[in-house]
Amino acid sequence: MKLTKLLLAAAVAAISTAPLMAETVKVGVIGPFSGPFSGSFGEPFRQGVETYVAMNGQPTEDIEVEFIYRDLQAPDPGRARALAQELVARDGVQYLAGFVFTPNAIAAAGISAQAKIPTVIFNASASAVVSQSPYYVRTSNTLPQVSVPTAQNALEKGYRTVVTAVSDYGPGVDAETSFVKAFEAGGGEVLETIRMPLSTTDFGPYLQSIQLQEPDALFVFLPYGPPTYSFVNAYRNNGLDDAGIAFVGTSETQEVDLQSLGEAAIGLETGYFYSAAHESPENEAFKEKLAELFPDAEPNPATVSAFDGTHALYEMIRATEGQPDPDAAIAAISGASWESPRGPITIDAETRDIIQNVYIRVVEQEENGRLVNREIKTYEAQPDYGVQD
Amino acid sequence: MLSLIASILIDGISYGLVLFMVSVGLTVTLGLMRFVNLAHGTFAMVGGYAAATFVTALGLPYVLALILAAAVAGIIAFGLEIALVRRVYARPELDQVLLTIGLVFMGIALSGMIFGNSLVPIRLPEFLRGSTDLGFRSMPTQRFVPLVLGLLSLAGIWLLFERTRFGVKLRATVDNPRAAGELGINTRRVYAAAFAIGAALAGLGGVAGAELLPVEPYYPLKYLVLFLAVVAVGGPGNMAGSFVAAILLGTVETAGKYLAPEFATIALYALMLIVLSWRPEGLFQRSSKT
Repeated sequence: MKLTKLLLAAAVAAISTAPLMAETVKVGVIGPFSGPFSGSFGEPFRQGVETYVAMNGQPTEDIEVEFIYRDLQAPDPGRARALAQELVARDGVQYLAGFVFTPNAIAAAGISAQAKIPTVIFNASASAVVSQSPYYVRTSNTLPQVSVPTAQNALEKGYRTVVTAVSDYGPGVDAETSFVKAFEAGGGEVLETIRMPLSTTDFGPYLQSIQLQEPDALFVFLPYGPPTYSFVNAYRNNGLDDAGIAFVGTSETQEVDLQSLGEAAIGLETGYFYSAAHESPENEAFKEKLAELFPDAEPNPATVSAFDGTHALYEMIRATEGQPDPDAAIAAISGASWESPRGPITIDAETRDIIQNVYIRVVEQEENGRLVNREIKTYEAQPDYGVQD
Repeated sequence: MLSLIASILIDGISYGLVLFMVSVGLTVTLGLMRFVNLAHGTFAMVGGYAAATFVTALGLPYVLALILAAAVAGIIAFGLEIALVRRVYARPELDQVLLTIGLVFMGIALSGMIFGNSLVPIRLPEFLRGSTDLGFRSMPTQRFVPLVLGLLSLAGIWLLFERTRFGVKLRATVDNPRAAGELGINTRRVYAAAFAIGAALAGLGGVAGAELLPVEPYYPLKYLVLFLAVVAVGGPGNMAGSFVAAILLGTVETAGKYLAPEFATIALYALMLIVLSWRPEGLFQRSSKT
């Protein structure tokens, strides 16, 4: 008798908890979680996602989000497509996210478009990316978006002649093109455009020959890590600063590299979308949580892009109550605005690309010896200037 | 025009000296010992990390950190030689490739775990920072480190291998291990010592070249081709050959950067192609034959 009672009680308990069981929405995140790009992208992606989840809990009481991370170390379009397909077909993800490299994001667009998978781009920053699938949304930036205000600022500072030196790869060429266009449109003169091979380790000769042309400023775009480090040191050690040739950059002083650049970075001026030194309660809360979860992490633009990307995912999941309804999800995020740790941002209702402030920052040393990107000027609500071409 | 040529020479030679410094250890292990050592960069990286730790965490002076870094790389290599490397000397080259590339990947994973995946700078002392005025132009003061170390190591290695008993023993061991053993040379010890010396030089090069090739987990893989290029063009086993090759490669690439920026890297590979098709054994062949 006792046994039947117990079973009955168990059955009742099981029934009554059943409706409370959370529904699981799966999100596939593709990025370089190991390999040479894990430090500058993969780890920040994961930290951004986990910080957002830790601060905001689950989207609603009865929806639980499960993030499935897939490692894609380098630009590899075939593998990007295969991973996206596998996540959709086998793991049954409702959303995709991540993507560091433009070719990977473009390769996965077919999957997103055909299977109608809303996808949040955490980095890939060529203008064309978002237009590849009607279900693509971007929370990072585009190269014209940061290069154009940087060029305007150079003009406003009175620089009339510029030499550009960029690494010879997609993003470098994009940055060069949009900078030159904006700088010339504003009446400036570009003396020479130099494209440096990606494998360059000794930048001295480039800087020496730039010095001979005596431009007012030097616009640069380099990939993170070693090239930026060598270039900035070479800029200082070849005496370009003493010769009065100003350094004009974008992502070169981003937080993941900043401390290792050391004293050579002090005084460098760049135009970019996120500084860890941005003063707002949102940024303070974000940095506090990030430091609590990952004591060694630097708040980096990639971390914030993933953090905001997770917000976009949450908004879409809430709007569709966790049900697969891609069109409603995209409609919910298009035109949405919110206060990010970087400042106010909007997802353009038409292009689904990000509209955000671009800040001109100067590297300063704080009393504790740490370097920060101090915001000194704001270009508000910048769109992707590439689309209008 | 004259100042352009002077600039090409100054930058080319100073870059060449960096190339020589980062690959000098490989001339010993690959060249003299004829061991296919793809893990050379791992020891250079160990030296770099050691120096960065000594300077930043322990506050040691740069010059002392440099010497200690070389010692750390040498000691680690000595241990690895006894535990692993000596087992594959007599085996086919493919086995040596597999073992050393395995060491490369272990080095990448371990350094990523210990030091993180971003680069680690080696702080320079005040007297090596900034630029030095040469009259008609300036150059980075730090470049004097590879200049001095390059010439010192060139002289040191030449003395050690050509003018001491140890050098005689090593050359005998490389040329005919069995005969050398029968003549009473402790071939195992000679090999272990030579391997450790090669790694210590690699460590030295890792520190000296860190301004151009900053220390990070992927260091050993990223610059592998560069190290091999210098040794291959110079002729394996020939120290002076590596020196000339490094200066030549550095100057040609630098000239490319001044004259045709977009093709600078191709210039380096084109030179390699020309030299190696003309002399497959490298510019300077080793005189004694196997």
